[in-house]
Amino acid sequence: MAEVAYVPPAWRERLETRGLAPLRSTGVRYWAWIGFLLVIIAWAVFEYATQLNNGLIVTGMRDRISWGIYIISFVFFIGISHAGTLLSAILRVTKARWQMSVTRMAEFITVVALMVGALFPLIDMGRVDRVLELFQYGRWQSPLMWDILAITTYLTGSSLYLYLPIIPDFALARDRLGPAAPRWRRVFYQVAALGWRGTPEQRKLLDRAMTTMMIVIIPVAVSVHTVVSWIFAMTLRVAFNSSVFGPFFVAGAIFSGIAAIIILMAVLRKLLHLEEWITRTQFLYLGYMLAAFTLIMAYFNLQELVVTGYKMEAGQTFHFAELMTGPFMPLYAYYWIGGMIVPGLIMLYPRTRTIAGITFAAVLVLVAMWIERFLIVVPGFRVPLMAYGARNYFPTLVEWSILAGAVALFMLIISVFAKIFPIISIWEVVEHRGPEPDAAAEPRRVRPTIRPELRPQLTAAGTTTTEGVQP
Amino acid sequence: MRKVIGRRALLRSGMAAGALAVGGSLAASQGSKAQAAGTSGGRLRRWAMVIDLRKCDGCQSISQPPQCTEACIQGHFAPEPMQWIQVYESPLEGQAGTQFVPTPCQHCQNAPCVNVCPVGATFATPEGTVLIDQMRCIGCRLCMEACMYDRRFFNWGTPAQPPQTLFLEYSPEHQDPAIRGTVMKCDFCPDMARAGRLPYCAQACPHGAIYYGDLEEDLATNGSEVVKISRFLAENNAYRLKEDLGTKPRVHYIPGHGEAVGRMPTTTGRKATTWPWQKTIGGALPWQR
Repeated sequence: MAEVAYVPPAWRERLETRGLAPLRSTGVRYWAWIGFLLVIIAWAVFEYATQLNNGLIVTGMRDRISWGIYIISFVFFIGISHAGTLLSAILRVTKARWQMSVTRMAEFITVVALMVGALFPLIDMGRVDRVLELFQYGRWQSPLMWDILAITTYLTGSSLYLYLPIIPDFALARDRLGPAAPRWRRVFYQVAALGWRGTPEQRKLLDRAMTTMMIVIIPVAVSVHTVVSWIFAMTLRVAFNSSVFGPFFVAGAIFSGIAAIIILMAVLRKLLHLEEWITRTQFLYLGYMLAAFTLIMAYFNLQELVVTGYKMEAGQTFHFAELMTGPFMPLYAYYWIGGMIVPGLIMLYPRTRTIAGITFAAVLVLVAMWIERFLIVVPGFRVPLMAYGARNYFPTLVEWSILAGAVALFMLIISVFAKIFPIISIWEVVEHRGPEPDAAAEPRRVRPTIRPELRPQLTAAGTTTTEGVQP
Repeated sequence: MRKVIGRRALLRSGMAAGALAVGGSLAASQGSKAQAAGTSGGRLRRWAMVIDLRKCDGCQSISQPPQCTEACIQGHFAPEPMQWIQVYESPLEGQAGTQFVPTPCQHCQNAPCVNVCPVGATFATPEGTVLIDQMRCIGCRLCMEACMYDRRFFNWGTPAQPPQTLFLEYSPEHQDPAIRGTVMKCDFCPDMARAGRLPYCAQACPHGAIYYGDLEEDLATNGSEVVKISRFLAENNAYRLKEDLGTKPRVHYIPGHGEAVGRMPTTTGRKATTWPWQKTIGGALPWQR
């Protein structure tokens, strides 16, 4: 692994204390938060029971708009799962270092978003009791089966990829929490650390496993959102009949993933007092990526509009009119302005390029990306296929409740994870980053941080990486 | 001059059994009672429909709701609001007024719905019909997204059907009793055809606009007249709906707007379809499409 920069012991002590603090003590506010989330989830479960009792008639979906916010949210959650892959795989492959303190959070998002997202097709099914038929009679000709294959592969791979870098941190927790910790914690970290001692042998194995996974997971992530787009693009419907859907969805997924990680970073930074390790640098660099993706998204949207709008095939006129002057105009306008133009401008001006500003841009983008999926599904289905008037779709309370429950479940699992797994990849921050001047201290500089290669390299003679995580 | 053959003789000749079971999925769930129909030469039937729009006035002349839809609903106990054969009124191209287009499932030979079904609940039979096995359907509605003819119907709630459906033995060929959370559609009445009868819609059409028959023998009938399908189609500029999509439907149309039965294209509107037993069912809620 990389050569270790000089690490002041006090700094490292602070990092380890902060990183393990959520594992040590839990406040009343945490339990209140968990209780609040459980109430929302219980409400959603109740509403889902109503749906099971009465059938999908309790939703706003009908024959002519036969998919609604369940499938929209499915695409949305699978989309934000791309956060982890981007940060911990793509950036690790490129040997970026600034993101080390937030990779763990990004990997959380990936795993949890996949778990929650995969529930939606089940909730959407008319006969969920027959779900095992997918394994009994599954046909590989069906795009739905591709989704199942891709998502289970991705969930397995990203769970493994979440676990691998935690092993040294589990060992740290095992060694540092002490006898005051509850018994289950001690047993858990003992088992989960897999006997990690940080020997050169173990490091080599871990390094190899992580390198393999970080390369394997990237094509899997790309395939996931490509096949998610294919449940639309494989049909003849005029609004979905596009060859650009695969890359378009992958770009949208990474875009919303960046927004999700920025928001989670901002929240956990405040709640867990991680200001020293999650600085303006992380926000700024992720913000730049967000800005780059506003351009990529704008490009994809424009090329779709121009290519189909120039030809105006039958049905396309209706679709465009609905989006641009019809009932979907406010949402469509928000998608462009709130999802692409304003976030791009926020990143353009140094004055708004603050942590608060970047987080605000991320919230705008995340909302816009849910709306984008709405604008793909609902107006796409609304184009009349025969001589009938276009039908309306208004999600019902049941659907909104289940969506709220899913968001609560997402937050709940993240909250529980934050209490079990060290939220910062402590050993990697120690190894790869070392103390770094906070970029936020110099907000007006053109280049906001000192590039790693320009940083004073105070390598301590004789320091080896194996000591990185030992107490 | 078309040669006239009795429709009974035509259809009865098809009853000589083809030995093929109707596809693995059907056999698996249905104990393989249904068998594909064959011609006397041992060849498979290839069911097809020709709808002569020149003779369709949307039942304006008899001041009734379209009789094909009514008969289909009563024969299949199709729950409200399902119109497996629906009479759409669409504007005429290039002239004022409208035409009526009775639209059953098109029984595509390159059926998008069959392609996307994850469990093989929607399947194509060797006879070329597309059926749904509601005992297997998981209700994912991918097929409804894929169908470009709006011909699939989902049981969003508990389907309202008359009580006698509970005593029927389920078969994908008539789809009763209907099951909540599954998809239904026109099944092309292969059970009726095997028994030597025309589908309900063809039987009920007061003007004989719906012809049903077999592409293999190249013959179809509306109950009173038998036509040679290939010549009938060629001579009358027949077309199929959305032919450019490449779905290869088995339902053919002869262009028109009811002129053969005296309808003016500018006389628009038709009576609304009814579900006669709806008022007798307590508790079951119909829905809008």
